Amino acid sequence: MKEQKNGKSFSLYKVFVYAILILLAVSIIVPVCWVFMASLKQNSEFYGNPWSLPASFYLQNFVDAWTKARMGEYMLNSVITTALALGLLLVIALPAAYVLSRFQFHGRKIINVAFMAGLFINVNYIVVPIFLMFVDGNLFLKKIGLPPFLLNNIFVLAVVYAATALPFTIYLLSGYFVTLPKDFEEAAYMDGASYSRTMIQIIFPMAKPSIITVILFNFLSFWNEYIIAMTLLADPKGGKTLPVGLMNLMKAQNAAAQYGQMYAGLVMVMLPTLILYICVQKKLTQGMTLGGLKG
Amino acid sequence: MKKGHRRTGFVATCIVPATLLFIVFMIIPTFNVFKMSLYKWGGYSNKKKFVGLDNFQKLLGDTKFLQSFQNTLLLIVIVTVITMSMALIFAAILSREKIRGQNIFRVVFYIPNILSVVIISAIFSAIYDANNGMLNSLLSLFGKGDNPVYWLGDQKIVIFSLAGAMVWQAIGYYMVMYMASMASVPETLYESSALDGATRLQQFFQITLPLIWTNIRTTLTFFIISSINLSFLFVKAMTSGGPDGSTEVFLSYMYKQAYTNSSYGYGMAVGVVVFVFSFGLSAIVNLLTKREPIDL
Repeated sequence: MKEQKNGKSFSLYKVFVYAILILLAVSIIVPVCWVFMASLKQNSEFYGNPWSLPASFYLQNFVDAWTKARMGEYMLNSVITTALALGLLLVIALPAAYVLSRFQFHGRKIINVAFMAGLFINVNYIVVPIFLMFVDGNLFLKKIGLPPFLLNNIFVLAVVYAATALPFTIYLLSGYFVTLPKDFEEAAYMDGASYSRTMIQIIFPMAKPSIITVILFNFLSFWNEYIIAMTLLADPKGGKTLPVGLMNLMKAQNAAAQYGQMYAGLVMVMLPTLILYICVQKKLTQGMTLGGLKG
Repeated sequence: MKKGHRRTGFVATCIVPATLLFIVFMIIPTFNVFKMSLYKWGGYSNKKKFVGLDNFQKLLGDTKFLQSFQNTLLLIVIVTVITMSMALIFAAILSREKIRGQNIFRVVFYIPNILSVVIISAIFSAIYDANNGMLNSLLSLFGKGDNPVYWLGDQKIVIFSLAGAMVWQAIGYYMVMYMASMASVPETLYESSALDGATRLQQFFQITLPLIWTNIRTTLTFFIISSINLSFLFVKAMTSGGPDGSTEVFLSYMYKQAYTNSSYGYGMAVGVVVFVFSFGLSAIVNLLTKREPIDL
């Protein structure tokens, strides 16, 4: 601040720097705000100047999206899938990461290496084999007289989400657990605490910052995911998650021209992540450097 | 003895569920990708025929596959070069200059990264729309309104439009990443070089870049792999490979063959090629960017 007062340092260079910073910021903010604006427009307003403000707050778009385009139902599906997948992931990944980073046992090394290798397996490659596995599984279930429940099932989808997030989550959590000194556990064992009690009551509370990072990143990836959801929820009339429903609406939109509903749907997908981001943006960008890269 | 039992039991309970899920939903499907690529297998019928490397041979003569290869390469090169250089420049500006509202810029630049690719695709469809799109209406301000540009309809342009959306999505993420590593460069280096009369540009190329080179290398490798994946997500939501295959990329072609077209064996052969290609490319990039590490 002081420097700027002597006038000269506020040079052409500074103006240029601010100009490009603002340009990039505007190119991000304007389109996002535009979606919010468009969600309040009536259909006829979409043919004309894209920059015109909505004539009125046409909230009917949201009602239509919620009921006619089934976004309400999809929203519920997305909430259930995301919550279930997150819960499952934590229950499974936390103990595994803890044991893998702090206990010596046979096979530990190979399991660690396998999970590390898993970081490089992208779900896009394996989504079709997973789908086919479920097709086979359903045939088998039918044969033994059980209902074939593996496809078009958001609970199974949640399990797949949790499973494919394991390598990244275990990697991130192990990275924290190895840094803890052994003293904590030794003291707890001296007091007669069992292994599981030590883990749950002593170690996990200490790992809270890492756990929050894990929840944040996986929430975003589960909530926004659509390739697995699109493939495994294959029934065109059946339940979908919000992004998949939205994609269908985008494609139907070309034919039926229901822009208002589509933008209202976009707002519904975007708003939870934006609110979350505004609340925790510091944690998120800090956690990113802590966790390294995502694939 | 009893304690040893309890310990084994505890370790097993903790590790077995994760390992089991991992094997069933990641190891076995990955293994299946490779296995299925050796079979001729179409549709839900269980007629699988072992054909060895036939699928791969067919790939070599498949012009659509070659086009998707070309498109993917083009996207990787454009998106990587633009994103990396812009992320580095913005990170350097935000961490080296005294900028008012520095934090606000950082928060805003990161926003695209938290949005679903479906949303970004919808946003860019609205931007690129030929008749009522934001971009064309901006261009018409400069007197180019007479013949609208078909950003997503013109086969020559559409791949660059796609690249634009991908760059928009990725810059903030890598910028924050580089800002974190630039923060670890000791301030004294800049001070002493400033005394020697070094300009900002010289500082950037001779201090900042060499000192965060390891970080740049790792991000570059990851970026290439993730570009291959992301290009699929964008294509799937934005263009479906059209018009006429001009935005078909590796994984969208794989998905089309395997899922939509039900040629599972052939689709998986594409998958294997992409898998090998992405690792090969990362290895090459890794080798080419190797420098002597700098110790302070």
